[in-house]
Amino acid sequence: MKFVDEFRDPAVIKQTIEEIHKLAEPGRHYRLMEVCGGHTHAIYRFGLKDLLPPGIEFIHGPGCPVCVLPMGRIDDGLGLAKQDGVIFTAFGDMMRVPGAHGSPLEHKAKGLDVRIVYSPTDALKLARANPDKHVLFFAIGFETTAPSTALTLMRAKAEGIRNFSVFSNHVTIIPALRAIIDSPDMRLDGFIGPGHVSAIIGCRPYEWISRDAGKPIVVSGFEPLDLLQSIVMLLRQLRAGEAKVENQYRRVVPWEGNRGALAAMAEVFELRPYFEWRGLGFISQSALRIRDAYAVWDTERVFSVAGVRVTDPKAAQCGEVLKGVLKPAQCKLFGRECSPEHPVGALMVSSEGSCAAFYTYEHRKAALADLTVPA
Amino acid sequence: MCLAIPGKIVELVSEFPPVAMVDVTGVRRRVDLGVLVDDLPRVGDWVLIHVGFALSKIGEQEAEEQMRTLRLLGEDRAAMEEVRGYGLEEPDRA
Repeated sequence: MKFVDEFRDPAVIKQTIEEIHKLAEPGRHYRLMEVCGGHTHAIYRFGLKDLLPPGIEFIHGPGCPVCVLPMGRIDDGLGLAKQDGVIFTAFGDMMRVPGAHGSPLEHKAKGLDVRIVYSPTDALKLARANPDKHVLFFAIGFETTAPSTALTLMRAKAEGIRNFSVFSNHVTIIPALRAIIDSPDMRLDGFIGPGHVSAIIGCRPYEWISRDAGKPIVVSGFEPLDLLQSIVMLLRQLRAGEAKVENQYRRVVPWEGNRGALAAMAEVFELRPYFEWRGLGFISQSALRIRDAYAVWDTERVFSVAGVRVTDPKAAQCGEVLKGVLKPAQCKLFGRECSPEHPVGALMVSSEGSCAAFYTYEHRKAALADLTVPA
Repeated sequence: MCLAIPGKIVELVSEFPPVAMVDVTGVRRRVDLGVLVDDLPRVGDWVLIHVGFALSKIGEQEAEEQMRTLRLLGEDRAAMEEVRGYGLEEPDRA
């Protein structure tokens, strides 16, 4: 229990861990999916697996925006960056994600105008400052991020800024969860619901998971104690044979979500009929495209987008890892051809990707253990 | 990406669009309040920030805990880099 003392309220943490050990039925295997990549990172960093009974297994979910983005979309975006007068902007998370012909950062090194922005409003600001250029914002993210893009487009419209467009890769979490639950090779006992996505969408959109799929889901915060409490809540439900939506992260997540943010999203975006997810394939109504009223700010209508489809490198098994069918270390490339220094797949790029998290915390630990000389 | 950064509102800069100056461990940047229009934060309130937008109002103690979590996760440097990057690195308006 090395890290426990660093945590807030170590005594409460120890008590909660003891409660988990009491609640977990001996011999029973619990497969719990943490949906959000931030939770995946936290679970590895805090070494939660080592603190819990061996029967509790974490299955890493699809909630890492750069990880689920198909490679072809990156190539499409970078293809437009090659056009004269285009400034390609994206969040830092995107910069090292490989497309078929290199990452945005590698394109920048080749002389393309590729820039990191930390907020979509800064991409808009670049457009204001460069009226002779076209600023393209490569938008990624779930419902946590989509309202910010929507509000930025509303500002662009209000100000009549026309040299700005958004290449929307925004996705929605519920259809991905449905695809995972419907997947025949997936057997899950419960879900740790995403924290900040839920700050926007609230808890109601998860009700079908308990009602139709009969699985419990607990929306959770990111601290060690949050995650441990969420596991207690899940185990209590499983023990009682219940399946409810519960909210552990009440200090941030209102049950009804954030109406203002949802209204901004609805003003600017509509559901795409379908969208491709890395590893999960095409999922209907799972992503956001820009409405007609904002067409002049929609990259996919301002430019002709190639619609590139790229299959992942053959040996890489990102898809299976993303679905939770394989553990990161079971991929043929893990730790050899694919590492955080030289990522082949996006799961190895983002700190929220399960491969990068596993590599950073577990793989390194195992490598060090190998070097230890027995006493 | 889905981790959020805690900051304290120190000044309301504009009403339309709603923008505030926030302080994140001594670094001051403008943050958009558009997501919180239904319940706008006031000077002295704490908020969680994500991609330059205040995402949620929180308490002071929760803000401290969030910063601690970022530190524990080794994400505090990336978070401060993000905050410093807001506004395309305008000079500080402290």
